[in-house]
Amino acid sequence: MRPFDYLRAESPDAAVQAAAAPETMFIAGGTNLLDLMKLEVLAPARLVDITRLDLGGIEADGDGLRIGALVPNSDLAADPRVRRDYPLLSRALLAGATGQLRNKATTGGNLLQRTRCYYFHDRDTPCNKRTLGDGCSAIHGVNRNHAILGTSEHCIATHPSDMAVALRALDAELELLSPNGSRRRVALADFYCLPGDTPHVENILEPGELITAVILPAPVGGRQIYRKVRDRASYAFALVSVAAAVRVEDGLIAHVALAFGGVAHMPWRDGAVEGFLQHQPPSPALFAEAASRLTAQARGFGANDFKIPLLQRTLAAVLAEATEVTA
Amino acid sequence: MKRHAKIDGPQTDRRLDGMAQGVLGQPLDRPDGPLKVTGRATYAAEVRLDRMVHGVLVRAPRVGTLNGFDTERVRGMAGVLAVLTEGLPRNSAQGAIAKSPPGNEGKAQYVGQPVALVVAETLEQATHAAWTLEVGIMPSIPVINPHAAPTEFPEKKQRDLGDLEAAMAEAAATLDETYHTPTLSSAPMEPHASIAEWDGERLTLHGAYQMLKFNRKQLAEALGIDPSAVRVLAPYVGGGFGSKLGISAEAVGAALAARMLGRPVSVVMHRRQVFEMTTRRSQTQQRIRLAADVDGHLLGIGHDALVSNLPGETFSEPVQQGTDFNYAAPNRKVVHEVARLNLIACGSVRAPGEAVGVTMFEVAMDEMAHRLNLDPVEFRLRNIPDHDPLDGKPFSSNMLAQALTEGAQRFGWRHQPPRSRREGEWWIGTGMSAAVRVNMLTESEARVTLTPEGRAKVETDMTDIGTGTYAILTQIAAEMLGLPVAQVETVLGDTDLPPASGSGGSFGAASSGSSVYLACLEIRSQIAARLGIAEEDLTLKDGHAIHANRTIPLSQILDAPITTEGHVEPGDSGKIARNATYGAHFAEVAVNDVTGETRVRRMLGTYACGRVLNVKTATSQCHGGLIWGIGMALTEELIHDPRDGHAVNRDLAEFHIPVNRDVPDLEVYLLPERDDWANPIQSKGIGELSICGAGASVINAIHAACGVRIRDLPATPDKVLAGLMQIES
Amino acid sequence: MNITLRVNGESHDLDLDPRVSLLDALRHHLHLTGTKKGCDHGQCGACTVLLNGRRINACLTLACMHDGDDITTIEGIGADGLTPLQQAFIEHDGFQCGYCTPGQICSAVGMAEELRQGWPSHVTDDLTADPELTRDEIAERMSGNLCRCSCYPGIVNAIRQSLGEQA
Repeated sequence: MRPFDYLRAESPDAAVQAAAAPETMFIAGGTNLLDLMKLEVLAPARLVDITRLDLGGIEADGDGLRIGALVPNSDLAADPRVRRDYPLLSRALLAGATGQLRNKATTGGNLLQRTRCYYFHDRDTPCNKRTLGDGCSAIHGVNRNHAILGTSEHCIATHPSDMAVALRALDAELELLSPNGSRRRVALADFYCLPGDTPHVENILEPGELITAVILPAPVGGRQIYRKVRDRASYAFALVSVAAAVRVEDGLIAHVALAFGGVAHMPWRDGAVEGFLQHQPPSPALFAEAASRLTAQARGFGANDFKIPLLQRTLAAVLAEATEVTA
Repeated sequence: MKRHAKIDGPQTDRRLDGMAQGVLGQPLDRPDGPLKVTGRATYAAEVRLDRMVHGVLVRAPRVGTLNGFDTERVRGMAGVLAVLTEGLPRNSAQGAIAKSPPGNEGKAQYVGQPVALVVAETLEQATHAAWTLEVGIMPSIPVINPHAAPTEFPEKKQRDLGDLEAAMAEAAATLDETYHTPTLSSAPMEPHASIAEWDGERLTLHGAYQMLKFNRKQLAEALGIDPSAVRVLAPYVGGGFGSKLGISAEAVGAALAARMLGRPVSVVMHRRQVFEMTTRRSQTQQRIRLAADVDGHLLGIGHDALVSNLPGETFSEPVQQGTDFNYAAPNRKVVHEVARLNLIACGSVRAPGEAVGVTMFEVAMDEMAHRLNLDPVEFRLRNIPDHDPLDGKPFSSNMLAQALTEGAQRFGWRHQPPRSRREGEWWIGTGMSAAVRVNMLTESEARVTLTPEGRAKVETDMTDIGTGTYAILTQIAAEMLGLPVAQVETVLGDTDLPPASGSGGSFGAASSGSSVYLACLEIRSQIAARLGIAEEDLTLKDGHAIHANRTIPLSQILDAPITTEGHVEPGDSGKIARNATYGAHFAEVAVNDVTGETRVRRMLGTYACGRVLNVKTATSQCHGGLIWGIGMALTEELIHDPRDGHAVNRDLAEFHIPVNRDVPDLEVYLLPERDDWANPIQSKGIGELSICGAGASVINAIHAACGVRIRDLPATPDKVLAGLMQIES
Repeated sequence: MNITLRVNGESHDLDLDPRVSLLDALRHHLHLTGTKKGCDHGQCGACTVLLNGRRINACLTLACMHDGDDITTIEGIGADGLTPLQQAFIEHDGFQCGYCTPGQICSAVGMAEELRQGWPSHVTDDLTADPELTRDEIAERMSGNLCRCSCYPGIVNAIRQSLGEQA
């Protein structure tokens, strides 16, 4: 680890002001940041510790919930309101990491996790995320765990979070605080970026800007499923994951929200696929067509080609389970 | 007094069966347990020394000629004391070799090779300085494809008996398939670690090592000093599985730096370095040919293997070691080919040879049973040889039939066609495989002291790497000397003590155990002499000698402690008879029809390993092998980059060893056996047998469940899914 | 920088490089080497300690962030005689080499409290009900603690026995 100055922030405003300085990063749970700092993939000159700020707590927000950015993943997963009204979120959190990591990792930090691309984690191999212009080692390298949707010639990394996939399906919003003291709310839908030709830019946060809370809208009800396909039965990142919130009324799909993990640079959502399913009677043929539409633009890079049929089949199975339709 | 035995033939007196204490074989709790569950067992990197500083190794980022380091800049960094760029080995020493590991000859011969050591006052300073050090390399093109590499055919590993090609041409049923296993890694939980301290010309190394008498010589040669000036201490070792057989760069680096600085130096490998700088299990390509008559009797067996290693390394994964004697067939051919690659060095990983060789052979046997429309258990039973099929030697014992039969019965084995059972999305199936593993005896010495108060001390430089050595040596001495186990203390892991076999190749328990047995036999003889009776007529129990209805406390027989030494050596026994261990594995798996995910639902193993010394620790060893089998079958693969061969997933997040939830309830049964040919305690190795073929039972169960045959390990969801989709179309 | 760590009930004043992880502070500065370093990246669980009663990976946090915090390490468990959990680990042979064992035990202690509080896990069928002490629940909740000797059956049985006795 490169030597750094350590600063404990006393207030959110002081934190964002301190973090506006160059080469400065926030630290909260630290489970991803320190992992990368030890590999010197990240080497900030200054850390602003925000763990003592009053950014915890889960409160009612109208009909929804306001989740403080510092709420640990385990508290969020265990919260009775989340378990009752947003089971998708609980399920996604519990499918991720381990008991120890969930106790430390925070809501805000989880959203900002960096990719598990092998080459991003290895300073001795080129990576456009680490140094733009060096090239992408994964495209012609080992890419079994890489993206099939929304990739670019510069980067095929995936976003590793399970929680973010659930939040995307639940239409969450983020509350951000900027160094000039202003606050803004951003839909998670607008938060992440595709790699394009700027793979080092992963989200719309401005320098020093801090996630202070995540806001969930009113519960949508229906069946909620988070299905994660992985190599080990526990403690492994997703090969693909599907988050679904589906409500069937009078034999027709009345509400459907779907988000996908392990397949793109961000939690993936496809409005056209949801629109196709909306108001239709659920059937295996319908699910197969939805799965086919979802992957129409998908592209594999060799070792990850299997993710295309895997995503299709997993989506179809999740829809079947959610609507209680059997083949 | 020293009692020596060279084992030239069967040891039929079975003296241990006549002892009275009744502790041997019992499920004794590990004597080291209380220290381990309270964190007080001290591993290599945990010794506290004054003025100690920290060293961190630096890897080669590419292959080529070493071309200078920017040592000046790094020397100027905060806390940095030294930058060593000379004298580090290219790779770890192989096991049981008393030679220094090879130097690097000015080259980085594989990505990840240790090329420098940075030492600083603190670990944080040394780590950052090591990251900062630029390694100058004139790149060359690495050879990483075994099919496009220079290869060798070691003469001793080829076999050709009868005419396999003719047998294949004439047989009623044949199989000719090619299988692949990937690079695998030992991944012990304790990273390789050494603390070196010099006292004048004498070096003490606190190291995480398995075979101390060899490690001492390896290190002495690497440093150019006499072995007598080196003491290696390893009382507790956090797992080894082969990766700690020979010394690695961290030991040499720590010793060199400590000598240069005149201060104790600690060097602990980073987890990523453990994957690169210690030895791996070679990837293998295995072509297996089987020819059988209509009744399922094998007429021919062919097993060709392509393995790899760095240039100059003598070790080559002995894939076909079990194929020499597992099944009968008059026509046999083995081709063993070694490709010389610029990849991480290969060496012994738990059950070198059989772990991958028997596993793929047992998959082939399953395929062949299906072609013959035979129950796979029955197919194996029909082909058990009654003598060594290669040279006609007798078996010291062959318990394969019993293991298969008893295992099948306990598991509730029922042969069913594929895709006959389904629960929701999951296909359910069962599979089985046989286990074979060569058994060896190696030279080992121990010292035993018995006091008049009825306390005994066992001393040897043997290691306990989790294998249960503390327990079993305590039990052997307690049994022989008639003492409660609490009265026996076992001291291990110090080269100042008599040199033992070390832990490796499943020979540790039987070899070091035999030396303790011999030392105790000598004590018994001395007690018997004092009583004026023959040793055979002496009974020792609970600190008393019993003879002719007289019970005499030891304190009345001994006026001072007796110290003896035991020394066992292999002789002709292993040459006259084929000595091996046998077993059988059974597994039930569920395969998800949507995703191709496989979960093991239950697993059972039956094993025969001669006399069982401690049923609890032996069972735990078997659990370990079965779980390694699950990992080998389903998740473990160290993946090489297709361009420079570096290990891309060299950490425990992405190299997937099984986690707790990957493992179901396991059942293990140890069959009663005494193998007189093996050694004076009639006991054989059990640490490796249960990995030999275990993965095949899982792979065969996948086929039974969903009809997908995996020939390329591991059976990750992508491969199973491809098979499912092929069946669907 | 100067901090105070309360470890196993005892306060320690330390002057540390901000880069020092909680794990290295315990091992190198307080010489509490019962907490093990297996990977230094939160991938193995060998460094599990209890931070204010909750299990965490000590390798993935900075010591300087824990000024005033309460830390329990393996040295603080069973210091006055083995706990039933530790005894059960010995009885069920829930370890071989012993290197992951302190982490397994600290993790099991933390897990028991999570169960007591009714936290669900990935394998809990009904998210709104209290989880049961099943084999699967224990295995899932202990999957952050790798054991290469592969003593998982013994670990699960030891935990099941000691928690079952408490219940």
